[in-house]
Amino acid sequence: MKFQQIDQFAAELKADTRAAVYDGSKKGHEKRTKLLFDEYADPDRLRHIAGEVKQHVVENLDTYLPQVEAKLKANGVIVHWAATAEAANQAVLGIMRARGATKMVKAKTMVSEETELAHFLEKHGMEALETDLGEFIVQIDGDHPSHIVKPIIHKNRREIATSFEKNGLGAYNDDPQTITRRARNFLRHKYLEADVGLTGANFVSAESGRLVLVTNEGNSRFCLAATKCHIAMVGIEKIVPRDYDLALFLNLLARSGTAQELTVYTEFISGPKSPTQPDGPEEMHVIFVDNGRTEVLASDCRDILRCIRCGACLNVCPVYRQASGHAYRSVYPGPVGAVLSPLMMGDKFPQKADLPKASSLCGACNEVCPVNIPIPDLLLRLRNRAKEENVPSPGTPPMGAWALLASQPTAWRASLFGGKIINYLPTKLLPIPALRAWEAKRSLPVWRGGEFRKWLKNRPPGKSSA
Amino acid sequence: MSSSDDRESILSRVRGALAPLHERAAMPDYTTELAVMRQMMGSRDLLTVFAERMALANGIVLTEPTALVARLRENKWLHGYCDPVLWPSLAAYFGADFKVETTYDRKRVDDYAFGLTRAAGAIAETGTIVLNDATTSRRLGALTPWVHIAVVERAKIFSDLPEAVAGLGHDNNVIWVTGPSKTADVEGILIEGVHGPGIQIALVV
Ligand code: SF4
Repeated sequence: MKFQQIDQFAAELKADTRAAVYDGSKKGHEKRTKLLFDEYADPDRLRHIAGEVKQHVVENLDTYLPQVEAKLKANGVIVHWAATAEAANQAVLGIMRARGATKMVKAKTMVSEETELAHFLEKHGMEALETDLGEFIVQIDGDHPSHIVKPIIHKNRREIATSFEKNGLGAYNDDPQTITRRARNFLRHKYLEADVGLTGANFVSAESGRLVLVTNEGNSRFCLAATKCHIAMVGIEKIVPRDYDLALFLNLLARSGTAQELTVYTEFISGPKSPTQPDGPEEMHVIFVDNGRTEVLASDCRDILRCIRCGACLNVCPVYRQASGHAYRSVYPGPVGAVLSPLMMGDKFPQKADLPKASSLCGACNEVCPVNIPIPDLLLRLRNRAKEENVPSPGTPPMGAWALLASQPTAWRASLFGGKIINYLPTKLLPIPALRAWEAKRSLPVWRGGEFRKWLKNRPPGKSSA
Repeated sequence: MSSSDDRESILSRVRGALAPLHERAAMPDYTTELAVMRQMMGSRDLLTVFAERMALANGIVLTEPTALVARLRENKWLHGYCDPVLWPSLAAYFGADFKVETTYDRKRVDDYAFGLTRAAGAIAETGTIVLNDATTSRRLGALTPWVHIAVVERAKIFSDLPEAVAGLGHDNNVIWVTGPSKTADVEGILIEGVHGPGIQIALVV
């Protein structure tokens, strides 16, 4: 057996990084479990219902999308649609240009990671500053986030202190408190200078058109207190039917993601600022982004569109813990990413077709998922799809010869006996790369093929339990 | 392609993707009681639970303006912003050592050590303060100072999240604040006061 592709990518990461991810993700999971199970009589039921609500939304998007659009318009929000990442970025650029804006402050949004908005805007002469502490550090480092909720889970304080120093944010100091204060002092002036605040949305209520945003740091609140124009980039699957449903989802999101009862700031935004309020956006735009989601909707893996991006499945996943986020080469790592990333590639599915194999199918992701997504089933479907589309699968040993033997009793018996030869062969020298890779870390057990059959044949008759 | 072309293409792809489904998943029937924490309230009154829960979120609950003023003075938080509607009823508690402004100047964002604004309500179950545009005199005044004091009316404490969601009302901007602004981004270590207040106080009246 050879390593899988993800192992090779993981092997390129520093040992420090992998250790940080392992610890960080494990802690998150242990706290979550305690919080959910102590506080609710039937937490599993909560998850199942939430899953059913989102599945209903996903399968009725044709009704909900026009409904939410009408509601937003009635609330005074300007609605845009973007089929691709490029179209979404262009829409943002268009809004900024129309206002003569040049400076954006950004809260954390996964959609803007998908479209690489900040890069795009910078290329077009705009300033686009990440304000979430983790994302800010990733930005000044020219790095990529490695977790959807904890973007710098892979970094330690020394690396952060070094990049702060390099970027003129003070002499080297790796005290987390100092790091945070420095970012606070630097960023608050940036918010106040900015023309546009960009956010995502965790949920959008079809009933009221309310966008719900959750953060702990207060950065999205700052974006919406300091700037005059609010742009929200929203994936088309983010809808919940009614305000009533929000309590259910809010209860699950923070507990699953960061083991909190609620995140510090939970914002409900249904339009530009009220006329009597001096601070905040006079203009509000919502851009509904597809970028591969309709591909997912058309597939037999549409359940993954229920995902509320809590990150629990990453924290609990033994493969994520060992491989860390970057090995997934996608905006969405971990179990959710192993399903979503290949699907969102559309025609380029083969490029990420190895990800669904990066799982032991242990089922832990399904158990923690607040919307009960059957991730292991979806992974199997995608493995199957890769097989059907004849995607080459490096690292998987050829099973053809085995299949042939196993289907012919005589040949099978002969091979069990003949296999003994392997005990006498210098396996380390055999020209079979898969075998050599395996032996590099382990040694083969002694071949005992045929022993069971021999015992079965010679056992004293009559007693079934002998 | 324009946004309206994109609209048509997205909606038609959505319809196309859903067309082969024989049956669409139905909306489950459930009550939000499901999402209420067990044994949180018991027979206790809302203020007691709110104070206990807010303390767990590292917030501070005070019921006397004198206690508030003492705490501000003790920490040398002497310069602040106060909602002009609140100031007449609070001015008498503050001594001459304080400098309190009833207008907020965004050019002097670092001058204000504290901000005093009205809350729209609170949520007992989670120890949360509810702010909205109608009652917050300045969004920035409630956000940028190191200390934020929200004046909460005792009669406006919701019991739990479902009740608070039902009470969102018609304000364009409602925000629930549960404790001070915080992060655990650096090595999972909790640090308070990232972009918003490092100290969150509720003054219940
Ligand atoms: S798949 Fe489930 S557990 Fe994973 S991020 Fe999405 S909602 Fe959370």
